[in-house]
Amino acid sequence: MYQTTYHRASSVDEAASLFAKGSDAKFLAGGQTLLPVMKQRLASPSDVIDLGRIKELQGVELSGDLLTIKAATTYYDIMQNPDVKKAIPAISYLTSVLGDPAVRYRGTIGGSIANNDPAADFPAALLALGATVKTNKRSISADDFFKGLFTTALEDGEIITAVSFPVPAKAGYEKMRHPASRFALTGVFVAQTKSGEVRVAATGASQSGVMRVPAIEAALKANWSPSAIDSVTISANGLLADIHGTAEYRANLVKVMAQRAVASAR
Amino acid sequence: MGVEGIGARVVRKEDKRFITGKGRYVDDIKLTGMTHAYFVRSPHAHAKVKKIDSSAALKMPGVVAVLTGQQLVDDKVGNLICGWAITSKDGSPMKMGAWPAMAPETVRFVGQAVAVVIAESKNLARDAAEAVVVDYEELPAVADMQAAIKPGAPQLHPEAPGNQVYDWVIGDESATDAAFAKAANVVKLDVTNNRLAPNAMEPRAAIADYDPAEEHFTLYTTSQNPHVARLVLSAFYNIAPEHKLRVIAPDVGGGFGSKIFIYPEEMVALWASKKVERPVKWTGDRSEAFLTDAHGRDHTTHAEMAFDANNKITGLKVKTYANFGAYMSLFSSSVPTYLYATLLSGQYNIPAIHAEVIGVYTNTTPVDAYRGAGRPEASYLIERLMETAARQLNVDPAQLRRTNFITQFPHQTPVIMAYDTGDFNASLDAAMKAIDYAGFPARKAKAKADGKLRGIGVSCYIEACGIAPSKAVGSLGAGVGLWESAEVRVNPVGTIEILTGSHSHGQGHETTFCQLVAERLGIPISQVSIVHGDTDKVQFGMGTYGSRSAAVGLTAILKAMEKMESKAKKIAAHALEASEADIVIENGEFKVTGTDKAIALPMVALAAYTAHNLPEGMEPGLKESAFYDPTNFTFPAGAYICELEVDPGTGKTSFINFVAADDFGRLINPMIVEGQVHGGLAQGIGQALLEHAIYDANGQPVTASFMDYAMPRADDLPSFNLSHTTTLCPGNPLGIKGCGEAGAIGASAAVINAITDAIGKNNLEMPATPDRVWRTIHAA
Repeated sequence: MYQTTYHRASSVDEAASLFAKGSDAKFLAGGQTLLPVMKQRLASPSDVIDLGRIKELQGVELSGDLLTIKAATTYYDIMQNPDVKKAIPAISYLTSVLGDPAVRYRGTIGGSIANNDPAADFPAALLALGATVKTNKRSISADDFFKGLFTTALEDGEIITAVSFPVPAKAGYEKMRHPASRFALTGVFVAQTKSGEVRVAATGASQSGVMRVPAIEAALKANWSPSAIDSVTISANGLLADIHGTAEYRANLVKVMAQRAVASAR
Repeated sequence: MGVEGIGARVVRKEDKRFITGKGRYVDDIKLTGMTHAYFVRSPHAHAKVKKIDSSAALKMPGVVAVLTGQQLVDDKVGNLICGWAITSKDGSPMKMGAWPAMAPETVRFVGQAVAVVIAESKNLARDAAEAVVVDYEELPAVADMQAAIKPGAPQLHPEAPGNQVYDWVIGDESATDAAFAKAANVVKLDVTNNRLAPNAMEPRAAIADYDPAEEHFTLYTTSQNPHVARLVLSAFYNIAPEHKLRVIAPDVGGGFGSKIFIYPEEMVALWASKKVERPVKWTGDRSEAFLTDAHGRDHTTHAEMAFDANNKITGLKVKTYANFGAYMSLFSSSVPTYLYATLLSGQYNIPAIHAEVIGVYTNTTPVDAYRGAGRPEASYLIERLMETAARQLNVDPAQLRRTNFITQFPHQTPVIMAYDTGDFNASLDAAMKAIDYAGFPARKAKAKADGKLRGIGVSCYIEACGIAPSKAVGSLGAGVGLWESAEVRVNPVGTIEILTGSHSHGQGHETTFCQLVAERLGIPISQVSIVHGDTDKVQFGMGTYGSRSAAVGLTAILKAMEKMESKAKKIAAHALEASEADIVIENGEFKVTGTDKAIALPMVALAAYTAHNLPEGMEPGLKESAFYDPTNFTFPAGAYICELEVDPGTGKTSFINFVAADDFGRLINPMIVEGQVHGGLAQGIGQALLEHAIYDANGQPVTASFMDYAMPRADDLPSFNLSHTTTLCPGNPLGIKGCGEAGAIGASAAVINAITDAIGKNNLEMPATPDRVWRTIHAA
């Protein structure tokens, strides 16, 4: 690791002003991506501003049909939270298959979506559930937030404060775990909103990061059942291919994981 | 004898310090004035080193020195060597390419060191290493074996035309051809044995401490065999004479073979310590481990097996290409030859075998022994062949094995090995019973109804352990003898120290070796200490690998114990005014048999050291040593059966049951044996399903971190169902065969045989990743 200056912010405003003072500052939440990259000397921020202890960034709130998870809440705390289990059990399940226990104790929802790794789990949940990302400056819909590999709508220095999920009628998530990293080799999140809209998002599959899957959405809109997806064909064009999965395999997984997510949705 | 003797499930003595964080590993050691080394490594798989500019690095804070390969040459430090001479079929010696510890002219794999920075801290050394400017001229590289042997391929070493290390043969070619000419059936198979990265939990590390006044070196290092390290560093590398070099291997966090070898970093640390006249520490990180720890396996093989009309095997032909990587590591030459092809008879009566092994250089990390070393490759090949044959001949795979089992011992195979004992039917019976083999068809049908593909796979392995009779391996080209040495020191108050040349890096020797003493003397193991891993304390040793520590190392301790007991009985007889022949040892006492006359061990010991009243002419003291050279290899064997399900939608494998019935001869501590089997099975299953060290065509490693290289985790593995059938090894007095490698040797074939049974297609390479299995299921 190169030398850096560590700051522990006590409020979002303090974090924003510390960021503005640094020449090449980075925010640190759970550190599950930034710290390994720094240890490998692939990143050398001048300042690291720790958001992890900011009280206003912690916790979960359920208000009517809106579940709000504050940005620095860890995966483990999300997994254990009774409101999450009650309102959107698919999110609780997603956190239970995210990484390994060490990752779940440290990693945060805000860190995951700010990094927007193309194989991260949470972007699929946000996109399928039509979530809203709250920052210290504005609200951004999930449809507008994810902009491709490791790229988001966040402006320099903008801090995610929370994510709000409309409680769906039904939602489910299934993933094929990457055998080495335990990211999603492919994961599919399916949701049926209370107004009957169907949204399906796949992660780990596309070269452009998390994506909606319109063909599966159309099939499920007509008939919400695993068998409705039988006749859908997913093209391998534009899908990721590596030593752990060919593009054709990932195309198959988009379909199979969607079917299983529908089967487990509640 | 007693609750802590041979056969008792004694809790491991060493675990208190390991699980409370009190283990003392090389990186835990800090010496006064210590500096830190960081290596500058090649990013290219093949390149000329045109110029190294250290000037900027030397001006960086805390930098003590920047040393290069040319300075090693100038100081006449020797190249790394391979210590086992193999002769090609045309009579020519193996072609060993020069391997300097830091490359002065040419780099041949990504990660090869070209320079080292010595600085006041590791971070400062690393900062400065980034400022060392190396001017490389990239050369064409070749990582694939078949590409490397083609005409026109990039050439690695001037010493090795065509990138060929050797073309070696074993067995009787004409007898084998004759068997095939008469065969009723011939079964053919092509298999790849995938390259693995060893990944011991503790990365390699070294601290070198040169004392200029005494011209003496101390090297703390992560070694499975510190005496071998001292021998090689002295005899071949010209760094220090043996009497001026002390090698200490303290707690070592796993080896799996990868810490047998002497690597460039340890050599450079020693040499650099003399250059800077300060201690030099190097601790590798995981990235360096992936790049520089010797890899394992990496064979491609074509094999054919001939059968007569009664399904009896009549012949076996094997042609194997073995990837050596860029250089010949310390024992690399022996792995695909004498540790592989000599086990090609498996558990079967095969009248004629012929095998050819072609060693190949590629621009990849060097390959050497990794848990099992050659024997997993042989067992995998034979057991895949047997399964393929059963399918082709339409006979039950277990029955085909029984038809061909060796049942008479000793048995001379056509490939050197003479099996001393075994009962292969007993192991197979136990495994089949444990897994309810007869009930499998019904379970398969039920799984099919649930949309799952269920399969069962058998693997009957045999291995040669207890490495090895010195004369035998010497005649085959080994540069060393493979005996072991031990010393028993009874202290004046009766506590005992056992000094052994074996080295424990996870095996539990500190417990099992004490159990032998408890067995013989009837004293608690708390009164016994095991001393190992220090060339200044332990007289000599050959170290731990090849499942040799119990069969060879413990037998050496037994020999020393017998000498000590003989002397102690004389002292006891003298004190008790009895005949030496009437003295028996029970519960820590020397007793006159049939009487109540006895003298306790501490009194005997005290008598030996006070020397006030010893038998006439006896030397004082109670300390004996012994060397033990085995008369044969030992032959652990067993039957593994795996039952699993494949998800046809994803190709993912889920274990239903995994049974292992092993014959290890006598067990010292069954709990530790089970742990060894669990670990071995995890590695064998890891090879079958997950692990693969991959290079792209230009020699860039693709799997150089745990984000890409899939190590097995606990939830990738089933609960293991273990049992033992026992035939005592006649080759050593304790009847021990060894258990350290069996799991890694036998597991892979059971898994692949089960998956291919499940999906109904025989051709499937390791690792059987979900993607690969899914594509195989859906292939036309």
